[in-house]
Amino acid sequence: MAKGLWAGRAWLALVYAFLYAPLLYMVVFSFNSTRQDARYTGFSWRWYEALLNDTKLVDGFWLSVQVATLTGLLSVVVGTFAAYVLVRYRRFGGRSLFAGMAHAPLVMPEVVVGLSLLLLMVGIQTLLGWPERGVLTIVIGHTLLGSAYAMVVIQARLSEMDRRIEEAAMDLGARPYQVFMLVTLPNMTQALVAAFLLAFTLSFDDVVIAEFLSGPGVNTLPQVVFGYARRGINPTVFAAATLLMLAVTTAAVAYSVWVLRRSRQRADEAKRALAS
Amino acid sequence: MTCIAALLGRGWMGRPLVIAVPYVWLGLFFLAPFAIMFYISWVDMGNDILPFKPLWDEASGVLRLRFDNYTSLWRSDQGQWFDTLYVDAYLRSVWYAALSACICLLVGYPFAYAMTRADARWQPLLLLMVMLPFWTSLLLRVYAWKGLLADQGIVNQALLALGWVQTAPVLLYTDVSLLVGMAYVYLPFMVLPLYAALSKQNPQWLEAAYDLGCTPWRAFWIVTVPLSWRGIGAGMILVFVPSLGEFVIPSLLGGPENLMIGRVLWDEMFTANNWPRASALATVLVLAIVVPLVWYARVAAKDDRG
Repeated sequence: MAKGLWAGRAWLALVYAFLYAPLLYMVVFSFNSTRQDARYTGFSWRWYEALLNDTKLVDGFWLSVQVATLTGLLSVVVGTFAAYVLVRYRRFGGRSLFAGMAHAPLVMPEVVVGLSLLLLMVGIQTLLGWPERGVLTIVIGHTLLGSAYAMVVIQARLSEMDRRIEEAAMDLGARPYQVFMLVTLPNMTQALVAAFLLAFTLSFDDVVIAEFLSGPGVNTLPQVVFGYARRGINPTVFAAATLLMLAVTTAAVAYSVWVLRRSRQRADEAKRALAS
Repeated sequence: MTCIAALLGRGWMGRPLVIAVPYVWLGLFFLAPFAIMFYISWVDMGNDILPFKPLWDEASGVLRLRFDNYTSLWRSDQGQWFDTLYVDAYLRSVWYAALSACICLLVGYPFAYAMTRADARWQPLLLLMVMLPFWTSLLLRVYAWKGLLADQGIVNQALLALGWVQTAPVLLYTDVSLLVGMAYVYLPFMVLPLYAALSKQNPQWLEAAYDLGCTPWRAFWIVTVPLSWRGIGAGMILVFVPSLGEFVIPSLLGGPENLMIGRVLWDEMFTANNWPRASALATVLVLAIVVPLVWYARVAAKDDRG
């Protein structure tokens, strides 16, 4: 058995190395002193300087931040509605159609989603002369995907929530809308934050839907990177990747600390409530 | 806002309104686009301004339903069946998606199994470390593989240094780089359901098998593996489905030999500007994904009942 255990550990180490090798590679070579992508020639900040002067990447970054933030917010709103309907309303006309449509974006290839939405946008544009393809159309496309993921996260939280606290609020005279705003929503903040982060990340990472739905002169960060990638390796992109990884790691640590604190706070409050 | 609150407060409007919001959203941005796509897949190609013609020609009053957007996917210009770029690309996509799923299973199963055997205190961290790369851009991680797998890249240098090869093989823009990229990106999708299935297993089941005289190896195959089939099925589907229509990975790591259906659809839309055919391709692709999913859902539901 001991031999099997060691083989298992070796396999774990090997696969983790596989998972993290590209990330490590990008960090190391973002500090390379030459354009070499396979030999480390010495430390330098030059690719970070190049990144700051690369207006395409910088503009793409700010555009992506805008698009992803809007997508995250809109996805949480739509996802909450969809999750609430699926969890709380077990019976209504067209429920199975609704459930199917709500989950479908999870499995549809991005090319199909992008193509079909482009056709819709072209149709609306010829009829109404609006909207121009740009930020709005990309946000709609990303939200279609993001809200499906947000829905799954929120659905999980909503279905495990104790309904008695809502019933208690109702017994105390709260209207359904008040119950939702004052009891249900505050009880799923964690899921809402997780859903926002998931939708934000999806949007920040997507190139296919953005390519279909963006107009001339509107290029998100992934679109710019994708354009560069087809022309070979550019260490400026590695510098951008390193900074993004730093941001993601910081956000992940901050989120875990926040979650941990909240659960500790909860436990303390519960203890105090029981003691009194 | 107060108006909505007042309506919801009454209670009688609340429910239909809450259902209507996501319903309208999905109808407008999911169902309508698919309906338009399906419609366009049956019409004639148009001109530069609007690349398709209406199904119903108002001037002459003729209904022009086109089957050739679909038949041209299967029949070449010379009239030979199944000898087209599209059939090749479909079959290749299915093949690569299936291969990626198998590679992920072969790598992921022992990995998930070893995770469940690790110290319970470490398991959440191990799980987190599988998911963490997912939060950094897929595009950037695939981009990094492009550098790693280059002709004089680090992977080739390592292979030469280890003496496993005499001359550096061409890895980039081949099956190898494509499959490495797919397995790399989709491995977490395989590991998570497998881990969920394996960590739920009761160690006493294995002990019972040992008591009945099973060797550990045999017990693994007749107890652990069959009891984790749900995880295997879910993992295979989670890898296979997104791989089938994958666009980014084959674009960056595949060569002209590895053309997959996502890319073909893209070219049909933006290079050939043939919107009806692109729509027909997309419709067939959706069917290719929905059919195995429905089949899996049926089998899983039957398993639940039985």
